[in-house]
Amino acid sequence: MTLNVLMFYLLSAIILIFSVLTITSRRMLRAAVYLLFVLVATAGFYFLLNYQFLAAVQLTLYAGGIVVLIIFSILLTGHISEKFKKPASWKLWMGIIALVVGSTLTLWTLLSHNFVKSTDIKAVPVDMHLIGNQLLGLGKNGYVLSFEIISVLLLAAMIAAIVIAKKEKSQKSDTL
Amino acid sequence: MTNFSYVILIPLIPLTVFLVTGLLGMKWKPLVSGVIGTVGLGISFFLSLFAAYQYFFATASAGGYHTIIPVNMLWLSFTSTLQIHMGVLLDPISVMMLVVVTTISFMAHIYSLGYMKGEKGFQRYYAFLSLFTFSMLGVVLSTNIFQMYIFWELVGASSFLLIGFYYDKPSAVAAAKKAFIVTRFADLGFLIGILILSFYTGTFDFSKLMQPGTSLFAGITGVSFLGISGITWAMTLIFMGAAGKSAMFPLHIWLPDAMEGPTPVSALIHAATMVVAGVFLVARMFPIYHFHAPDVLIFIGYVGGFTSLFAAIIAMTQFDIKRVLAYSTLSQIGYMMVALGVSGYGGEAGLGYTAGMFHLFTHAMFKALLFLGAGSIIHTVHSNLMKDMGSLRKYMPITHITFLAASLAISGIPPFAGFFSKDEILTAAFHANKLLFYVEYITAGITSFYIFRLYFNIFWGKDTNYEHKPHESPLNMVIPMIFLALGATFGGFIPFHDLVTSNMKPFADKLNILVSLPSVAIGLVGIAAAWILYKKENDLSDRIAKSLGVLYISTFHKFYIDELYLFVTKKIIFNGIARPIAWFDSKIVDGFMIGIGTVTMKISYKIKGLQSGELQQYAFVFIAGTIILALFLLYTLGFH
Amino acid sequence: MIQGISIYHFLIVSSLMFFIGIAGFIIRQNLITILLSIELILNSVVINFLVFNRYLYPNQLQGHFFSLFIVGVAAAEASVAIALIINIYRRIRNIEADNVNEMKY
Repeated sequence: MTLNVLMFYLLSAIILIFSVLTITSRRMLRAAVYLLFVLVATAGFYFLLNYQFLAAVQLTLYAGGIVVLIIFSILLTGHISEKFKKPASWKLWMGIIALVVGSTLTLWTLLSHNFVKSTDIKAVPVDMHLIGNQLLGLGKNGYVLSFEIISVLLLAAMIAAIVIAKKEKSQKSDTL
Repeated sequence: MTNFSYVILIPLIPLTVFLVTGLLGMKWKPLVSGVIGTVGLGISFFLSLFAAYQYFFATASAGGYHTIIPVNMLWLSFTSTLQIHMGVLLDPISVMMLVVVTTISFMAHIYSLGYMKGEKGFQRYYAFLSLFTFSMLGVVLSTNIFQMYIFWELVGASSFLLIGFYYDKPSAVAAAKKAFIVTRFADLGFLIGILILSFYTGTFDFSKLMQPGTSLFAGITGVSFLGISGITWAMTLIFMGAAGKSAMFPLHIWLPDAMEGPTPVSALIHAATMVVAGVFLVARMFPIYHFHAPDVLIFIGYVGGFTSLFAAIIAMTQFDIKRVLAYSTLSQIGYMMVALGVSGYGGEAGLGYTAGMFHLFTHAMFKALLFLGAGSIIHTVHSNLMKDMGSLRKYMPITHITFLAASLAISGIPPFAGFFSKDEILTAAFHANKLLFYVEYITAGITSFYIFRLYFNIFWGKDTNYEHKPHESPLNMVIPMIFLALGATFGGFIPFHDLVTSNMKPFADKLNILVSLPSVAIGLVGIAAAWILYKKENDLSDRIAKSLGVLYISTFHKFYIDELYLFVTKKIIFNGIARPIAWFDSKIVDGFMIGIGTVTMKISYKIKGLQSGELQQYAFVFIAGTIILALFLLYTLGFH
Repeated sequence: MIQGISIYHFLIVSSLMFFIGIAGFIIRQNLITILLSIELILNSVVINFLVFNRYLYPNQLQGHFFSLFIVGVAAAEASVAIALIINIYRRIRNIEADNVNEMKY
């Protein structure tokens, strides 16, 4: 058993365990921290798959950006010590049914399917040079259009977030 | 060739007046609308007189008159063969009608200035009068059947407005509806007739249809339906339209009720213009009737004869003076129809045609005068009933004299206008159809009886105790009456047989002593009978009425024709046909639709609980749906 | 391509992660934890993209770029969602999903 395999199992275990903990923890801040673990472990997967750049993005953007954002919002909207009440049983059952049936079906389908890789393909090394060229490329394998769309989307989301979260003038300032 | 294109102004001026007073009238004082309408119509009147002068005298030639079409615009062009024009057609009858319509309308306009003074809706009244005059002139000047039909309907609509002028009076509203529905029903026949005729001949134009010996009718005479040829059907249906407007039996029921309108309207519509539109239509189509559908012409003669006798008998028993005049109108129009029915084509054979038109002309004068006189009386007595009147000659000398002139004219006493025209009709009937001659001969006696019954009852007899002392009408009401009295007195000397003839060529006409002497005699007999019964107050008339019993009562109730109509429409059509259909519509058809709506609504009330607003419930349903769809795709459609 | 680990291993992990995310979405009350579940779902999808890219089409970078874009979209979505949640909290002083059910019939 090589180190890679070992790492894989370790990371898988982290991902699955902390995923479950994320959705079951009754303290919100803890749930956010468990999610952080899941995200870091996912970044580990990316390293395993040899996508170092994406792993770095995952760490900085997800773990560093989004999770911090979520934690801030948790702090803004409640008390850290607040404990959730138990979910209603019908919701619990709905969730469990969705989990069991959905994953059974998916796994069944996955495992009964034979993924074929064409053998004569040569892997390209994923270096920053290639990523940069393709991300802003215009020709074959160029993604500049999607890149622009994403940038416009991000701009729109930023403006929307500001507009939505902005305090209305007439509102009293004691709300936040 | 004189240029007649100015004739188009004659109908266009009333139209303009209608639009202007109709749209802006409420902003002005009432009198302004009246003056504008009267002046506008006055211009039309003088233009018509000028046109008539030019047509009959300035352009006269030895070969008779010609049809002149000074204006003819293409209006609708459906296909290369189906084109509808709008234009102006001048021939002797249309020029004559032009004069009649504008004269009577002008007189009615002047008269109304006094009669309608202070009435609510004075401006509206003048706007409608102008509209009516416009549409009537449009009928007269039409160059093709289609244009005529349009104006024909416009006449119906504007007469509806005028009859229902007192729209807050239920009886007026009912009368307006009745007139409109009955004439509309008849116009359905007219329209079908037009469609049949133009389908087979391929044209609407009068000038093409009128040519003697034209081959256009080859197709339609060959067709037959129920054993009757197509042309007969078409012309009978067209006559049905004419009978509706001219109130021929059995479509006459609207005319007496239409007296609910203001009296000048009665004079205009029910004496001179709208009701003679039917006569005019038959005269306009006369060559077609004569050459292609002579059977229909005979039928027209009989319908006219029956109506004239029938209406004259009813007129004897009525007590409402306007109703007497209404039935008298029916009777006189019957005369005109008889004249057309017995007429031949060209020369002396066409005497009936000339006589019919002549009678139309003189009748317009004296009947309008009678109505205006009646209006003048009603204006001062405030009642329509004979029993409220008596000895009015002392109070209203001018009305009295003019009324007397008109009465003598309608009775056919020389030298008044009615004598000449009625005499011509009787002569024509005498030569062509003896039965109709005798019917008309008797009718002439009855006519003079009922009109003098009216006259004696109003102007002689007992001196009723009036609440307000009756007085002569104002000048603007008296002047039209005097003018028309002159027309009724001297109109008979116009040499119609030189002017208006069936083939537009003059012919020599001479008095037939054999006919005219007896006709004058029977007229005098009628007058004498009325003199005996009504000159002095006595109970002779009541005793005669009693002795006639059922006959009198049924006559008094107009032979129950109205009741018959009501029975047919209410009991048979409404209860037998309309109600089941209405039931079917409201219960089955609507019920089905309402049922669909109700079921949908009930179901949505039941299932709206599913939309709970619970986000997670939605998410679960979404996932469940996705899974089911995936299963379906994988195992049923084989996307594996 | 990693020695000793087949494509199925990765896919099983990502599938389970995906459905755990779904179950969390359904079960959790709090809007922020629902947001956390969504992040789980997105990450499992990203793993899928990368795995397919690496194992089946290593000569291209499509899966890689899509993952990149998903990260961008996730960031946008998270920011807008948090703005909404804060606004809801301001109005009803609560961010329970049960209380945000105004949009029904």
